[in-house]
Amino acid sequence: MGNDLILRVVTKWLSPVIILFALYVQFHGDYSPGGGFQAGVIFSSAILLYGLTYGLDAALKVVPETALKVCASIGVLLYTGVGVVSMLRGGNFLNYSVLLDSPIAGQHLGIIVIELGVGITVASVMILLFFTFARRVTPE
Amino acid sequence: MSLLVNLVLLFFLLVMALAVLKTKHLFAMAMLFGLYSLLVAGLFVVLDAPDVAFTEAAVGTGISTVLMLVTLASIRDGHEATTHGKYRVAPLVICIFMGGLLIFGTHDIAELGDANSAPNREVAARYIEKGQSETGVPNLVTAVLASYRGFDTLGEVTVVLTAGIGVLLLLGKRKKIHVKTSGGGNGK
Repeated sequence: MGNDLILRVVTKWLSPVIILFALYVQFHGDYSPGGGFQAGVIFSSAILLYGLTYGLDAALKVVPETALKVCASIGVLLYTGVGVVSMLRGGNFLNYSVLLDSPIAGQHLGIIVIELGVGITVASVMILLFFTFARRVTPE
Repeated sequence: MSLLVNLVLLFFLLVMALAVLKTKHLFAMAMLFGLYSLLVAGLFVVLDAPDVAFTEAAVGTGISTVLMLVTLASIRDGHEATTHGKYRVAPLVICIFMGGLLIFGTHDIAELGDANSAPNREVAARYIEKGQSETGVPNLVTAVLASYRGFDTLGEVTVVLTAGIGVLLLLGKRKKIHVKTSGGGNGK
């Protein structure tokens, strides 16, 4: 799509808004529709849009592939980590009530952290999928 | 009002499905699939399931369409589906049989919004009654997914990670794999 000016300008203005919306869906997911998975796919669609318009190399400069691979694992580790911490504090695996002194505050904290883990993993894996597929496109 | 919206959405859904069947060009097919997903997302909004609608719109319309387009772009030719004009009986029979089975199965699904159906009486009632006081989260979907069904969600995230690893192993950079041949030249 080399030199399409309108597409480039629109992408430049739209990508940050999409990322902002993804963050809203992520951290407001316990009050409004949304959550980790939705935020992850919305975030990755912003990077996909950028990659489609500006090319794979530009997108790789924004999010390096190594960081994505690390982040994909970190998300799952964060999720399991919450479970392990709640075990260490004397509860069952993934029982957030024991995380803090009051059960409700503990539940809230646990939900926010595991949603963050889900979001990080989903976003990284989706972007990785796109990069892996897009690299196989041979330049014309 | 919602009946009208439903009818319009379902009508266009049918049009999209038939258009996908009729079109020969694979790029057009991918785009029509994206539109199909967008209509399904609209249906989810009408059904009061905005969480699922988000996912459907982002994954179905956005990411999977892009992945299909990228895959098509990486293939040099074969962008047109070709048919030989021959009709086979066995796939038709299997399709009609499977479709009939699915329609038969829908009779056991509880009526939408039926308060007396088994899932609504037992587990859902418990979530709605105690959900907010136990988790302190107003969005019940998040409370169920993240807290009551936390183990399931952990499994889902692990599946996403595993899928990513699988794709990377199959299609990732192949620099590190060197197959030695007797002639000394590397394969790929």
